[in-house]
Amino acid sequence: MKMKKQILLGLTLCSLAFTTSAQKIKGSETVLPISEKAAQVFMKSNSANKVTVTGGGSGVGISALIEGTTDIAQASRKIKFSERQKLQESGKAVKEITVAIDALAVIVHPGNKVNKLTKEQLEGIFTGKIKNWKEVGGEDLKIVPYARETSSGTYEFFKEHVLSNKNYMSGIMSMPANGSIIQSVSQTKGAIAYVGLAYLNSSVQAVSVSFNKGKSFTAPSVANAKNKTYPVVRPLFYYYLTKSESKVKKFIDFSLSSDGQKIVEEVGYISVK
Amino acid sequence: MQKRKIIRRILDNITEKLLTISGAVTGIAILFITFFLFTEGAALFQSPQFEHGYALYVNSSNPVNTLQPEETKAIFDAEITNWNELGGKDGEIKIFRIDDAFQIYPESELGENYELLPAKLGEIISKEENILAFLPTQYASQGTTVKALTAKNIQPKDYFLGKEWLPTATPVPLFGVLPLVLGTLLVSIVALLIALPLGLGVAIYLSELASDRQRRLLKPVIELLAGIPSVVYGFFGLVVLVPIVQKALNLPVGETAFTGSLLLAIMALPTIISVAEDALRNTPRAMREASLALGATQWQTIYRVVIPYAKSGISAAVVLGIGRAIGETMAVMMVTGNAAVMPQSLMESVRTIPATIAAELGEAPAGGAHYQALFLLGCILFVFAMIISISAEIISKKKNYKAH
Repeated sequence: MKMKKQILLGLTLCSLAFTTSAQKIKGSETVLPISEKAAQVFMKSNSANKVTVTGGGSGVGISALIEGTTDIAQASRKIKFSERQKLQESGKAVKEITVAIDALAVIVHPGNKVNKLTKEQLEGIFTGKIKNWKEVGGEDLKIVPYARETSSGTYEFFKEHVLSNKNYMSGIMSMPANGSIIQSVSQTKGAIAYVGLAYLNSSVQAVSVSFNKGKSFTAPSVANAKNKTYPVVRPLFYYYLTKSESKVKKFIDFSLSSDGQKIVEEVGYISVK
Repeated sequence: MQKRKIIRRILDNITEKLLTISGAVTGIAILFITFFLFTEGAALFQSPQFEHGYALYVNSSNPVNTLQPEETKAIFDAEITNWNELGGKDGEIKIFRIDDAFQIYPESELGENYELLPAKLGEIISKEENILAFLPTQYASQGTTVKALTAKNIQPKDYFLGKEWLPTATPVPLFGVLPLVLGTLLVSIVALLIALPLGLGVAIYLSELASDRQRRLLKPVIELLAGIPSVVYGFFGLVVLVPIVQKALNLPVGETAFTGSLLLAIMALPTIISVAEDALRNTPRAMREASLALGATQWQTIYRVVIPYAKSGISAAVVLGIGRAIGETMAVMMVTGNAAVMPQSLMESVRTIPATIAAELGEAPAGGAHYQALFLLGCILFVFAMIISISAEIISKKKNYKAH
């Protein structure tokens, strides 16, 4: 009995010790690979600081930040007005850091003849006004658009920047992850979808897009995103409370340093520097 | 000797107490979870229609006072473009969002903390009589030329009978759960229709026809089927089943309700087989022998004596199979395509309740209307599951009554 008590006591002490020295990062699945890799490298040089990284989604991360159960929230969308209001009500101020840039690529089945689309055509396809590939210069085949889940940051970004804030067609197919989108597009002939640039591979075909009514088309690539000719790019954020700045400063500085930004590029995103 | 007895009694006592406590804790936990689920879900009907902290504003000369959620959506999707379609004057609707203000006025004119913003917004609205502005209430000006459209809270009717699920649409999210409920039921029931004959056949074979060796080989293999994680099933479904369905039926897309049903049928099989087989094997030896002694063949014995005797057990297997199918999340999410439309046919994509919760809860702002709508979906699923387990209970009770 006594021994059991001692063990229990030891365990509680251990967990207490961990919680005090650890910094927690939580949120978007898109930012997750950056944070994980950065935390690994960071902990190697700063063995005293423990960083734990978990996913869950942008919304989960930000609400954890409001409730104080995480130190940094990673997000693939900007903090919403309602979330900002909640922070204000509880008297907290939040700081936003852009840690990396992500480009979205529009993809189609590799056998599709269409390899460039304008913003207006994309808008028509995803809002359900254009239904057949022959309307955009392809063969006579039904268009099957896939989207990400309604609440993912990627879904909202695409809606804001490509669909001019219009809603997706009702009943659009939605897939839980970038990987399953690629899988579905590679095996569905009429498919069109969008994924993060980092997920692009040879089983699907990326489409060049034009945001100036067809004057020039740009292919999605890291180089084009970096020189700002590729239009479908979005920033990825870290959010933290201003009062806990001293606690997270070291890690934030590291992720913005040249070493940190190298990790960003290794993972497949575009560095902010 | 005496001492040992006392110690044993004390130990027995302690075990008894511990068991009571663990029972009570479990009970309380279940009650707590249910309570939590329903309070979070019910809060939806206290949420306003619009995104929290926002409202719609028009010029006060505009006769329109209120807009239905569907109308608002149609306006912002540019399907309704004129006020006269809504009972107003003839004039093209001009949509205005808060971000547009920053394009009209440089940020320096709006003040450090946007304290000049309300006045500027008021100016814009009073100048343009066909405007429909979607603004945070915090920055709305209280001038006489600006009128806020009245907004009701989300109505139970719109939720339970709504046909569109667009939870992140701005300015009015639509939470119609009908497509999700119907999608869940469609996928589960078709899955059961596929799994039931197959499962019953296997159960009859195992309990009546198979030799001891075959049974000893088959039973663990079937039980292994229940041990495969559902994501693995989903992955198998997406990579193998989806292309097969697409090619075999010559469909534009392979992610359909039918694919989901097929996968769920495979997943529900072990449950159905093992419960039905147990029921069949519980038929008393005397009844079988009596039937055979009367000259019935083996097949006649099976379907005239054994199956009627095991009827309640088989029904329990059916109900448990439905339970497995309705609650399944990951596998279905990966193969049904998740399109939130009213299911028209089996060969179209559908979205189920568990898949919706799993996919959306992670990104929904905690405490918002979307979050609560998802909890209420959980409540609906909970009610389904409760009906299923209560009917399983009633069915298995019936058996005892018959046997005695």
